[in-house]
Amino acid sequence: MMARASAGGLVAAVLLVVLAGALGFALQPYGIYLLSLWAVYTIAAIGLNLTLGFAGQMSLAQAAFVGIGAYCTALLDARGIPFPATLAIAVLLTFGVGWCVGYPALRVQGHYLAFVTLGLTTLVYLVMRNETWLTGGIGGVSNIARPWPFAHNLAYLHLCLAALLAVAAAMWWMLRSPWGRAFVALRENPVRAMSLGVDVRRYTLLAFAIGAALGGIAGAFYAPLVQYIEPSPFALGFSINLLMMVVIGGAGYFLGPFLGALVAVLLPEWLRFLQDEYLIIYAVAVILLLLFCPTGLLGLAERALARGRARGTAKAAAPVAAP
Amino acid sequence: MTPVLEARGLHKSFDGVHAVNGISFAVHAGEILGVIGPNGSGKSTLFNCLLGQLRPSAGTVLLDGTDVTGMRPCDLNRLGVSRTFQLLQVFPQLTVRENLVLAGQEHVGTRIGRLFGRPDAGLTAAAERMIALFDLGHLAAARAGGLSYGQQKLLDAAMAFMAGPRLVLLDEPAGGVNLTMLGNLRERLRDMNRQAGATFVVIEHNMDFVMSLCSRVICIAEGAVIADGPPDAVRNDPTVIEAYLGH
Repeated sequence: MMARASAGGLVAAVLLVVLAGALGFALQPYGIYLLSLWAVYTIAAIGLNLTLGFAGQMSLAQAAFVGIGAYCTALLDARGIPFPATLAIAVLLTFGVGWCVGYPALRVQGHYLAFVTLGLTTLVYLVMRNETWLTGGIGGVSNIARPWPFAHNLAYLHLCLAALLAVAAAMWWMLRSPWGRAFVALRENPVRAMSLGVDVRRYTLLAFAIGAALGGIAGAFYAPLVQYIEPSPFALGFSINLLMMVVIGGAGYFLGPFLGALVAVLLPEWLRFLQDEYLIIYAVAVILLLLFCPTGLLGLAERALARGRARGTAKAAAPVAAP
Repeated sequence: MTPVLEARGLHKSFDGVHAVNGISFAVHAGEILGVIGPNGSGKSTLFNCLLGQLRPSAGTVLLDGTDVTGMRPCDLNRLGVSRTFQLLQVFPQLTVRENLVLAGQEHVGTRIGRLFGRPDAGLTAAAERMIALFDLGHLAAARAGGLSYGQQKLLDAAMAFMAGPRLVLLDEPAGGVNLTMLGNLRERLRDMNRQAGATFVVIEHNMDFVMSLCSRVICIAEGAVIADGPPDAVRNDPTVIEAYLGH
């Protein structure tokens, strides 16, 4: 078992972010956009990985939190409020909404919780689409400004990567702390956890609220990245996409979201020549991965590593065993 | 002297079935109380009512004379009441050491303090002591899910002692544990009782284990206490024998 958050995991995350930052200098605007999108998706997926992967709480609401963060930023920006303030407000708002969404999780689990959170995603989507007075409806919100001095694509990429680095470091610290252990305890055995003094209610609400707040951060960086938002990217499909990122990367692995988001951003680009068949290939690949390795890419890597180590031990032991 | 734990007229019914039907008893500081009784007599339901896992239909539970009926298990635990479960209850993906740290961490400082403090909440040394005490040294870094049944049972018991509780309720600690480990477990429980002054309530079917460990035994049948006294007296009580052998 890989540690919840090993020193190696943090180093790998830092290297990935630095690599992406350097790569930005060599890429065209579209490549830079994709890398920025990867950073934003990864932040949202890190949040969902806490809620789902570590704390074991099924959630299809992550798109709603990203949407709330994005709309919060766009609408406040239109009123001239500076980016750091809109970011803070987005975080507080999504933390609060996430906390409230955690309450159903105290009563229902698994598939039932999936339905409750699916309901929230639909509700938030409908508000974005229908409450035109607030959100602009299907027309959306345009001309979202990027914060000074990050207006340029490359500079904004570096800002997104800096945010990703900060989020990853904070998550790494939390997972290593007693909180990380308590979240895993929720997933593995809430009844036993309770008898050991773990306040299961509080930690469940925290898992939802913190995961939601990271979705809010992702949304706050997404809006200025695309500079125009409308409701459809935050519909249920995006929640499922985020869920796929977490599962494909490896739910409950610190580095899982980095890989999952990479697959989600790059695979459609690589398979672009297939046009509409792309979705079929993508679906088949995901089904095969989950059939043969439900623990995702990192689970696959871990298994291969363990097999290699076992073979190494067997080889080392062989001369002793031979007569 | 006020009992550490007292049950007064506890009732718990499920859809008309009276699983616990008016149980009253008291446990005094330093006692090791055995709870015996046939399968389905209501022992585990009694534990769940005492420890907040279930809310009793009627009656009260007193801890040091204070009413704690229906208090949440996590709050009771922080008052120094700990337990083990009949079925295995460890955290399989965590290592043995991490299981033990988890068992103690919620008793250290504040929640916010724990987030910013040391990753092990300063409990590694305490966990190592417990690992040595329960002979789990070679397994400290192994995942708990990979341990044998008997080893997991020992870990389960060790976790209950991690926070230095005053009162521990053990639900069938000897079930499925081999003879050597059983002797080890009995010695550990005696040590905890003598040195730390911890009080125990032990549900157990293994009569030799109960008789050699407990200072007093109560027998429960059909949700009620039918005998209460020294181990030998209860063992030879005709009503107890009849409850086990049937009418």
